[in-house]
Amino acid sequence: MSFTPHTPEEIREMLAAIGVGSIGDLFLPIPKGLRARSFDLPPGMSEFEMMARLQEMAARNGRIVPFVGGGYYDHVIPATVDHLAGRSEFYTAYTPYQPECSQGSLQALFEYQTAICRLTGLEASNASLYDGGTALAEAAMMALRVTGRDRVILDGAVNPFHRAIVRTYLANLPVEIVELPPVSGMLDRQGLDGKLDDRCAAVMVQNPNFFGRVADYSDLAAQVHKRGALLVSAVYGVSLGLLKPPGDMGVDIAVGEGQNLGNHLSFGGPAFGFIAARKQYIRNLPGRIVGETVDREGRRGFVLTLQAREQHIKRHKATSNICSNQSLCALRGLIFLASLGKRGLVELAQINRDKAEYAKRALAAVRGVAIPSAGPTFNEFTIRLPKRADDVVASLLQRGIAAGVPLGSYYPGEENSLVVTVTEKRTKGEIALLARELEAVLWN
Amino acid sequence: MELIYEISVKGRGGVRLPASDVPAATPLPGEFLRAEPAGLPELSELDVVRHFTGLSRRNIGVDTTFYPLGSCTMKYNPKAMEEAARLFLPFHPMIALLPGGEALAQGTLAVLHHMGEALEEITGMDAVTCQPLAGAHGEMTGIMLIAAYHKAKGNRKKYVIVPDSSHGTNPASAAMVGYQIVTIPTAPYGDMDLEAFKAALNGEVAAVMMTCPNTLGLFNPHIKEICDLAHGVDALVYYDGANLNAILGQLRPGDVGFDVVHVNLHKTFGTPHGSGGPGSGPVGVKKALIPFLPMPRVVRGKDGRFTLLNDNPQSIGRMADFFGNFGVIARAYAYTLMLGREGLIDVSEKAVLNANYVMSRLKDLYDLPFDQTCMHECLFSAGRQLRHDIHAIDIAKFLIDKGFHPPTVYFPMIVKEAIMIEPTETESKATLDAFVDAMREAAELAEKDPAALKRAPVTTPISRLDETKAAREQNVCFA
Repeated sequence: MSFTPHTPEEIREMLAAIGVGSIGDLFLPIPKGLRARSFDLPPGMSEFEMMARLQEMAARNGRIVPFVGGGYYDHVIPATVDHLAGRSEFYTAYTPYQPECSQGSLQALFEYQTAICRLTGLEASNASLYDGGTALAEAAMMALRVTGRDRVILDGAVNPFHRAIVRTYLANLPVEIVELPPVSGMLDRQGLDGKLDDRCAAVMVQNPNFFGRVADYSDLAAQVHKRGALLVSAVYGVSLGLLKPPGDMGVDIAVGEGQNLGNHLSFGGPAFGFIAARKQYIRNLPGRIVGETVDREGRRGFVLTLQAREQHIKRHKATSNICSNQSLCALRGLIFLASLGKRGLVELAQINRDKAEYAKRALAAVRGVAIPSAGPTFNEFTIRLPKRADDVVASLLQRGIAAGVPLGSYYPGEENSLVVTVTEKRTKGEIALLARELEAVLWN
Repeated sequence: MELIYEISVKGRGGVRLPASDVPAATPLPGEFLRAEPAGLPELSELDVVRHFTGLSRRNIGVDTTFYPLGSCTMKYNPKAMEEAARLFLPFHPMIALLPGGEALAQGTLAVLHHMGEALEEITGMDAVTCQPLAGAHGEMTGIMLIAAYHKAKGNRKKYVIVPDSSHGTNPASAAMVGYQIVTIPTAPYGDMDLEAFKAALNGEVAAVMMTCPNTLGLFNPHIKEICDLAHGVDALVYYDGANLNAILGQLRPGDVGFDVVHVNLHKTFGTPHGSGGPGSGPVGVKKALIPFLPMPRVVRGKDGRFTLLNDNPQSIGRMADFFGNFGVIARAYAYTLMLGREGLIDVSEKAVLNANYVMSRLKDLYDLPFDQTCMHECLFSAGRQLRHDIHAIDIAKFLIDKGFHPPTVYFPMIVKEAIMIEPTETESKATLDAFVDAMREAAELAEKDPAALKRAPVTTPISRLDETKAAREQNVCFA
């Protein structure tokens, strides 16, 4: 299968115009000794054969009822999202370097930035980052730049994958990461008191955190600011229909994984990361930013702005190396939020919490299962089992249920703990099934 | 066009959600709740559809328009790839990471593994990670792998060498990993100055980052020598895969001596650019670097089953939430299957044919800073048009009126008034001829009626924008 349109006649005409005898002549600049030693790939196939092959591969994945999160959540996606983001004027365009013929993308990204600001209660958003974890790492680097300090404090209750990304990003830089192991599933405030000093650029938390716990970090923000550091909070888009926005708590930089806003699970990507900050830090934001301006006739228009921060201008002095981001996924996020609308997002968040609270009670009623904390949660919560959670989850997977994320691999001492996620898509029947099968696995 | 917030009508409803089948929960205490709903628009479904359809019509893409944006490889994105990606949408990534979960993700793990294997063969490398989420993310991953290699060997390295023609992402990525950047000028023959490179090379150099063919669209004549010289001081050589489209099946970076490679699936492997992402930047490495690859890593057991390697202490760690931009990787895998060996070789042949054809038909009217056979893109300069006060940007805007997306302008920065044209292999001679005609008309207008070029574009919904005002006012969020 080939997507090149050239006929033999056209190739002859083109070679004549160039003044060479064959296409092979055009590759003469590559010395013979450097030519490919091997290119052992199978012959091509039609799109129909390709689809049959991939359908067969897709069928090898199990169909599982997911009570798991870990950063990705199984939410509804209105049909508008696939259809409108599927307009190929959007998806076959590139970064809008030429604004006159890219106003569609640019205005959409400006609207996206506005939506992120309104969700988070902050004033400046960029046009997207790669994912939730890299957004957290970018926030750490941004806080280090803003403060000129060399240490970040990372709450151990932040998603362990995202913490791993922060560690990886900062590993080669002259900075220190202090990770505070959580206490009862929450930030270790006492431990923080001892570590929060004048070297600290940022304290980084997550709300709701990996254990599912919801917090109001307003007093933490005051404490962090007193030491001249920034408060960074990772947040969960859908939860912001209900929960206090980070900006209202005094958070300086909010980041998050945007998958839950209109992006498919798709085995972990693509989705997008978001980052928003107080306006005074705008020049330290990484990535693309769209700004409003006017054309020669005074009509409103949008352009990529503050490009002097970026790699294609500043090279090694740029605020980040980002070039391609996740624009189309951010557009999906915007269409999702616009489709649900102001009341829809509140309602969606409410249903999530209602279902999770219902499931919490249903699981607490299973013999031997305990809810270790009565603290507030959104759509995830931690349960404690009378057995190793790894074994219980493995058994339930055999029965077609992903019962939750066992905490033992990430938190020593939590081998019997499990974080259960319940989105609006989980039905009462599925919750009853989970409770029944859990009881069966625990006691049969 | 009005903003989506401006067409909002108080009280108008959006999408209906599934009814809750459980009782309402006791509300959370007030301190955890937002004071009022977020200021999202209130619209009917049709409002939303008209709005975004309207916005899409103020955009152009490869499907509507020839898009010869140099260095971006804006080739046609076959539709079957979209269907292929759809097959995998329901799969939750976390399931593969649960105890016993790999068995339930054999299909998706196979896609990752097979695409990695194909890339190993295409680039001549020993192992590939598909985790990096974009080209620049791949660069950063690659430089981290190099840093880990040096650290493990006890090498003390401080510098990364880049040519001044490199993409800005190269020095930016190396700087993010903590290296100091040494920039080498370009010689008159159109590649990194070999003598200046030799002078800069010493035992403290960690890596040399090369784009091949380079951003001038030329094959680097000393590429093998550069690799060998670097290896002489135990510096590793990084291949920026942005221009891989030119050499598919012709040359493999691994054969030449490159140690680390990143590939832009959204360029060479036909996945759509999405208005600026999502991309995907898999990284290939030679054997010595395999221990440092990021986790989780997909590996195939002797029984043919795929598993995830999660506990390698030498690994640089984790570069992304899960396994990479899976949907993009699935599209690229579909592309690789459809094209196969002959199709991929055909890609580089026709890409290079198209670029040389455009170059040959324009070089009488535009300055050609490096007049030699080009690879997949050709680099002109609007230097000759400057005497009429016509700049590359004026020609770019005129091309929009003629129904084309402009080429890349002002990059590489080392060429004055650069116009970099990458036609890609999927464009026909007829399209190239129409584009050449428009470029020739622009050159003619520069002489006869430069004011006409200065007015352009006049066919777009807005005319040229005041970028200074945007940067000054920093209005990035609708009040």
